[in-house]
Amino acid sequence: MGRYVLRRLLQMVPVFIGTTFLIFFMVYALGDPVAALFGDRAPDPATAARIRRELYLDRPLWTQYLHYMGQIFQGNFGTAFNGQPVLDLMAEAWPVTLRLTLVAIVIELIFGITLGVIGGLRRGRATDTGVLFLTLVVISVPTFVTGYLLQYLFGVEWGLIRPSVSPAAPLNELLLPGAVLALVSLAYVTRLTRTSIAENVRADYVRTAVAKGLPRHRVITRHLLRNSLIPVITFIGTDIGALMGGAIVTERIFNIHGVGYQLYQGILRNNSPTVVGFVTVLVIVFLLANLLVDLLYAVLDPRIRYA
Amino acid sequence: MRGVTWAAAAVTVLAATATACGGGGASDTSAVLSSSWGDPQNPLEPANTNEVQGGKVLSMIFRGLKEYDPKTGEAKDMLAERIESDDSQNYTVTVKDGWTFSNGEKVTARSFVDAWNYGALLDNKQKNAYFFEYIDGYDKVHPSSGNPTAKTLSGLTVKDDRTFTVKLTQKFSTWPETLGYAAYAPLPRSFFDDHDAWLDKPVGNGPYTIDSYAKGSEMRLRKWEDYPGPDKARNGGVDLKVYTDNNTAYTDLQSGNLDLADDIPAAQLKNAPKDLGERYINQPAGILQTLAFPYYDKNWGAGKEKLRIGLSRAIDREQITRQIFQKTRTPATDWTSPVLGKDGGYKSGLCGDACDYDPAAAKKLIKEGGGLPGGKVTLTSNVDTGSHREWMDAVCNSINNALGNERACTVDPVGTFADYRNRITGHRMTGPFRAGWQMDYPLIQNFLQPLYYTNASSNDGKWSNKDFDRLVNEANAETDTGRAVSTFQDGEKILAEQMPAIPLWYQNGSAGYSERLSDVTLNPFSVPVYEQIKVS
Repeated sequence: MGRYVLRRLLQMVPVFIGTTFLIFFMVYALGDPVAALFGDRAPDPATAARIRRELYLDRPLWTQYLHYMGQIFQGNFGTAFNGQPVLDLMAEAWPVTLRLTLVAIVIELIFGITLGVIGGLRRGRATDTGVLFLTLVVISVPTFVTGYLLQYLFGVEWGLIRPSVSPAAPLNELLLPGAVLALVSLAYVTRLTRTSIAENVRADYVRTAVAKGLPRHRVITRHLLRNSLIPVITFIGTDIGALMGGAIVTERIFNIHGVGYQLYQGILRNNSPTVVGFVTVLVIVFLLANLLVDLLYAVLDPRIRYA
Repeated sequence: MRGVTWAAAAVTVLAATATACGGGGASDTSAVLSSSWGDPQNPLEPANTNEVQGGKVLSMIFRGLKEYDPKTGEAKDMLAERIESDDSQNYTVTVKDGWTFSNGEKVTARSFVDAWNYGALLDNKQKNAYFFEYIDGYDKVHPSSGNPTAKTLSGLTVKDDRTFTVKLTQKFSTWPETLGYAAYAPLPRSFFDDHDAWLDKPVGNGPYTIDSYAKGSEMRLRKWEDYPGPDKARNGGVDLKVYTDNNTAYTDLQSGNLDLADDIPAAQLKNAPKDLGERYINQPAGILQTLAFPYYDKNWGAGKEKLRIGLSRAIDREQITRQIFQKTRTPATDWTSPVLGKDGGYKSGLCGDACDYDPAAAKKLIKEGGGLPGGKVTLTSNVDTGSHREWMDAVCNSINNALGNERACTVDPVGTFADYRNRITGHRMTGPFRAGWQMDYPLIQNFLQPLYYTNASSNDGKWSNKDFDRLVNEANAETDTGRAVSTFQDGEKILAEQMPAIPLWYQNGSAGYSERLSDVTLNPFSVPVYEQIKVS
């Protein structure tokens, strides 16, 4: 187990270097950020040259990359163009996005699995068809449509919530944005759970458990669900990264100042330190979440062992 | 105040119409209002702020020698007791007595001179450094290459506590009227002594003080009770809230969570008059959009006047502004802006026939001008903001219809503004390209000299005309403002004959506010006049 984890961690190093270089290269290819800082006026060459030198933009790309990586390993993610250290931006943005993602995942788990179990156990009946139809609708509507629609209905039409989230982003204000963010994944979780349950409900171990005379809820939760959750866990693991990155749309709609906001701002202004920094952390989160999922397999299914 | 891309998002209005008042209650001078904001692109230093979001804060916490009247755009004395000159080149500035910064420090002649020296020095990398380029010694503190050989501008001398002299490099009669721009604001000692602390919580001499500033999310400004100026705040303060998406700001305004949104999203322009009624304002701003020609390209350069004018006459500005912009643009008939007012140099119809839509005349002129080079014309612009793609398509349609040729005009959309700028500075334009201009200060000089004077900083098309240059020089040397303005207008008439850039439309600003507010106006720089707003 320990060796397995170590091997996985080591594998992350090349992935990490490769992704950061790609991101760095792509942001670089977007064009000259200094020219954009001056608006419509041709930049004053002397000032622009000073800014370039300060931001290390006057060197070739590979030296810029090495310089940047060197700084990262010293814990310095550079400075955004408005003078704030990127590390400060991260300290502000990550907790907010983390909260939003947590809300989304909890909603996903509770509603997704419940609906999936109901559907799977009553396969082919009206409830099942209803759940399937609902998820189909949710999957086919883009997030920004549901986002703006729910925001307008709850915020303006019914006046139940504030349409925008305050800078502190407390949990109760994140409920609606979290739900919007979770909706599409929730539909997938429901469908995955449903299929998995519907398959396993005929498995031998379930028949054995029923024959032993175990109560129905115990058969479902201890035996059926535990084995059926493996594909769902895989999905949610990869979804953590997708949710954090995908929050860019939801965060914009609800004016949440999290990772998506910083990324959007950074891309708009060709601000490479911000974009590369945030995406790098996103990459790490993604890799770790995947590792966690693999380890969880062993917990859920005792037959799986890592050496 | 640059950058139409950001500024387009940051709409303006010179609103004289804000008489509507909802609610009906008496105004409460201690009530705080909330207003939409965007994260400032640069640190909040006066000489480093060239976009509207930072400009909002500066307009609240700073007062300069002059201040532009929100309604007329006229520069009026604020901290200046008098600014005198015998020769339009050497000025003596006297600062009024009794002004202090909100930390108690006196505003003296030195507060200005130090601030200007800081703004001009290359080492400080201030984006508005070019504002000081007319002051003697600028080439020493801000050489175009290499390191500065002086730390301070030799043209600035402090005489005593309240007087300083300014020597300019050339005659510039309207120079005192440029002093209302935020880059010329005075700075307290704390700005220089503890710069980082100052940036975390800027201190100025305006009607508001900064109560708290959470970068990237919110700034709370409160009325400065002891403010010595005549334009005291009529409300208790302003909370500026950062929005990433102006649609959200608009939704917040509709639901009553926001008092003032000074940027109505394009998608909502149709609904805004209905949703907001009298509380929606939409009026010309100091922004002009033009299509400039690459004068360095022989196909469009010298001798091709008829071709250029022909294209101008092929554009149906009226229809495009109505259908694409919902009348948030006004067809342009000169090269300035209505915000200047008649006395300031705006002259409706100065362009004459050359800006009138007449497809038959256009076809004839283009033919006489030798026809389109290769039978084609390509319009170029960045398309990441401002509905540029839409209007370029419409302009092309208009040209094609006039010429009766479906393939005459095409559009070359450039993905990012940065890339677009690179192509312009690299002189890689082969046809008309978008040139937006947002004024620095409401003077006719600012609409003409930086854009059309030979080798001027924003003369992107590299157009050059001796007569025009001569008239600009004459106008700058003219001591009488009225005559200076009319000389500038004579220069503008040369533009109408030569058409180095086709005037398209004046950009408008839109804003909406809640029923609690009254007396909402915006100044010539797209910034709400916060201190005049009444909250009930």
